Amino acid sequence: MAVEHVILNSNEISRALTRIAHEVLERNKGAKDIVLVGIRTGGVYLAQRLSRRIEKIEGDAPPVGVLDITLYRDDLDTRSATPALETTDIPFDMTDRRVVLVDDVLYTGRTIRAALDSLIDLGRPKEIQLAVLIDRGHRELPIRADYVGKNLPTAFDEKVLVLLEEAGEEDRVILKRAVRDA
Amino acid sequence: MTLKRKDILSIADLEREEMDLILHTAESFKEVSMRDIKKVPALRGKTVINLFFEPSTRTRTSFELAAKRLSADVINISAGASSTTKHETLLDTSKNIQALQSDYIVVRHHSSGAAHFLASALHCSVINAGDGTHEHPSQGLLDLLTIKEKRGDFKGLKVVIVGDILHSRVANSDIHGLLKYGADVHLVGPPTLIPRGIEKWGVTVHYHLDEALASADVIILLRLQLERQGKSFFPTIREYSKLYGLNRRRLSLADPKCLVMHPGPINRGIEVTSEVADGLSSVILEQVTNGLAVRMALFFLLSGGSRE
Amino acid sequence: MSDPLEKILIKGGRILDPASNRDEVGDLLVEDGLIRELGPSIKAPNDCKTIDAKGKLVVPGLIDLHTHLREPGFEYKETVATATAAAAWGGFTTVCCMPNTEPVNDNQAVTEFILEKAKEEGIVHVLPVGAITKGSKGEELAEMAELVAAGCVAVSDDGLPVMNSQVMRQAMNYAKIFDVPVIDHCEDLNLTADGVMFEGEVSTALGLRGIPASSETVMVARDIELAELTGARVHLAHISTAGSVALIRDAKRRGVRVTAETCPHYFTLTDEAVRGYNSNAKMKPPLGAQSDQAAVRAGLADGTLEVIATDHAPHAADEKEQELDCAPFGIVGLETALPLSLRLVDEGVLSLMEAIRKLTAGPAAVLGKKTGRLEIGDRADISIIDPNAEWTVKAQSFKSLGKNSPFIGWTMKGRATAVIVAGKLIENALSSTG
Repeated sequence: MAVEHVILNSNEISRALTRIAHEVLERNKGAKDIVLVGIRTGGVYLAQRLSRRIEKIEGDAPPVGVLDITLYRDDLDTRSATPALETTDIPFDMTDRRVVLVDDVLYTGRTIRAALDSLIDLGRPKEIQLAVLIDRGHRELPIRADYVGKNLPTAFDEKVLVLLEEAGEEDRVILKRAVRDA
Repeated sequence: MTLKRKDILSIADLEREEMDLILHTAESFKEVSMRDIKKVPALRGKTVINLFFEPSTRTRTSFELAAKRLSADVINISAGASSTTKHETLLDTSKNIQALQSDYIVVRHHSSGAAHFLASALHCSVINAGDGTHEHPSQGLLDLLTIKEKRGDFKGLKVVIVGDILHSRVANSDIHGLLKYGADVHLVGPPTLIPRGIEKWGVTVHYHLDEALASADVIILLRLQLERQGKSFFPTIREYSKLYGLNRRRLSLADPKCLVMHPGPINRGIEVTSEVADGLSSVILEQVTNGLAVRMALFFLLSGGSRE
Repeated sequence: MSDPLEKILIKGGRILDPASNRDEVGDLLVEDGLIRELGPSIKAPNDCKTIDAKGKLVVPGLIDLHTHLREPGFEYKETVATATAAAAWGGFTTVCCMPNTEPVNDNQAVTEFILEKAKEEGIVHVLPVGAITKGSKGEELAEMAELVAAGCVAVSDDGLPVMNSQVMRQAMNYAKIFDVPVIDHCEDLNLTADGVMFEGEVSTALGLRGIPASSETVMVARDIELAELTGARVHLAHISTAGSVALIRDAKRRGVRVTAETCPHYFTLTDEAVRGYNSNAKMKPPLGAQSDQAAVRAGLADGTLEVIATDHAPHAADEKEQELDCAPFGIVGLETALPLSLRLVDEGVLSLMEAIRKLTAGPAAVLGKKTGRLEIGDRADISIIDPNAEWTVKAQSFKSLGKNSPFIGWTMKGRATAVIVAGKLIENALSSTG
């Protein structure tokens, strides 16, 4: 048994992304030199949405790259199964550009650590910033996000699911809590 | 889908879904090889031992580079003559190697079944890099990847495998893989070099190359072991080449987009003329590139999973 | 064997004697090493050991025409002591040992050595088979008169078959002087080449070099021709292929003096057993196709094959634990032959009487000996079998030094609970590990 709560609905996700787009532009003084890199898979859809929003505001869409962090994970040894490897596709040179790394949920920070290591092997960006839709806390590494859609205090046994249209779902963010049978 | 096995011993015992996973993963690894920094940390701290009882430069190099690009440590052991002269059994040799705490053993051996033998005796992952006349699964997979990239789908594709089928572990792996993907497989060679009972697998056997090549989509040439001459498989290499060598005239019988493949090293002028080997149809060098990606995929996919 | 012989009364068993077609429940009395009395109910004499054989079969001691004792020369594989212990456990009271020892049993001294060993350490009767040619090299005839005089009951170049047909012809011709059978291991070594298993779909799938069925049938055909030419007694060992069975059936129909045996593995297994590169399924001749297995069963059923022999071929564990190419040919068989033969009864291939005949009167007839039967006054070689006892084959329980059996882990039905060898009782307990 599990109890589900909708944390963000479609409109709220949309507003959060619009706000993040504005914050990115404000902090970087425009879209020049900005590239977006989404972490597979949820982060990629969000990066594409951010790119379109920035285009609406500024007229130019920043390029979007796709990052698969599998080969940089620190838990390959301990997981019960090898995670699937997908292609990393960063079709632009990151040198001297500001990379906004995009992910759906920020949790322990280990995924972001892997992504940072991977990005640094792939090029030498001027700066890396982090945008996430949900920050659920419980960091295990000294990592924080520059742009957050929603801060959501959670317990360990809860799950945060970001469901998006691109993956065939209705846009929403769900908090799932396991409930023991009475 | 994950690879729930300890070892890669043959294509015959791989499920179709497992082959899909390996090929898909290999495609992702091709991108890694295009990077400036071609090394990823996935297998940091792991040890790969290349245990080669037969000389092989390209397969060993390909496995070695694949492991190194995944940050594993690699040791090459050429066990060929030394251990046999010292009368050390394969079991003793391999247990000694396992005692070095290796995570993978890549083995090439002149006896069919040697990789199976090691896999059942050892805890670490065993990858068969060619056992006798049995299988060479990584070569089979890289051939599949090459065809898939060029042709997209295997269904109904006419693939002609030419040469010494009897002694070819590459042919064995290719045939199993191609049949699992629904290709139309044709074998050509002298009857003395066609194994008994192979028609039962669902392949078509020919003794005449011209007849087999009609509208072929892929031609896989096998390397002729020159020492087979004089063992009454065929009279002379000259006659063999006349009957089974691929040249421009014969290639024109195949589909105009036909791919020409060869596992290497090539005996130029015997299996194939230089003109064809270096021609537009040839994807022989792509096979080498794909070999690296496939071997990275195998190491990576075998790394995961708690092995009870 | 210096203990005074006991009197033994076997009570209430089903006495089965293929030689006389006797099949009745009754008693059997052994005294002074001989079968003293046979009857529906025998009163126990004084100082008599009584064995309750209710529900058991009382049959002539089984005879194996084809055993490799390995001694002299390969004592690390097997010895006379361990092989004969295995034989007794398997219900055999007589084994015929093949000459491919080191040195080859091609002269009186080796034959005498084996018989001396058998007398000192053997548990069952050992009948040596002498070599056909010196050193089993297939070139010059061994001194057959001397071998027979020393105690050889047949000649064979088993494992190293005589390839030269002229030599074989002369051997058969010469053997007529002594009226001993010439036993041939039918294999054309050129066709076998460096094959390691049966040539067919499985060998192709495993990438293993194949031995074509014709490697056997070509030589079976040759031997039948030569048997016809010479009129000698020719016995064809371990027949495994459909082609051979057909040739032998036809030869017998024509009245050729040829006899033939097969082994339990040929009627129980097929080349599929080699999958997984199982070196305990590697032997010569190799395990054949399903059609060969069926033909061997049919050959047993119609009498074309009159003998079941074991071809007991022990090897050391480290010899078998190798790449299949390097592992030696051969499997042990003395301790599993009886239950595997009884399976043929359960499967309706043979009657119980016929199954026992293939292991008793059948081989005795090949040797031309008045053994393998239950007659008053005969030497008491008897096997007592519980046909329903179920047991699991375990390597560590084998009496044989060789553990190279493809049947390890199989559940078997039927075992010899005791054998009597020349009046001496040997009881076969299932060991605690077995």
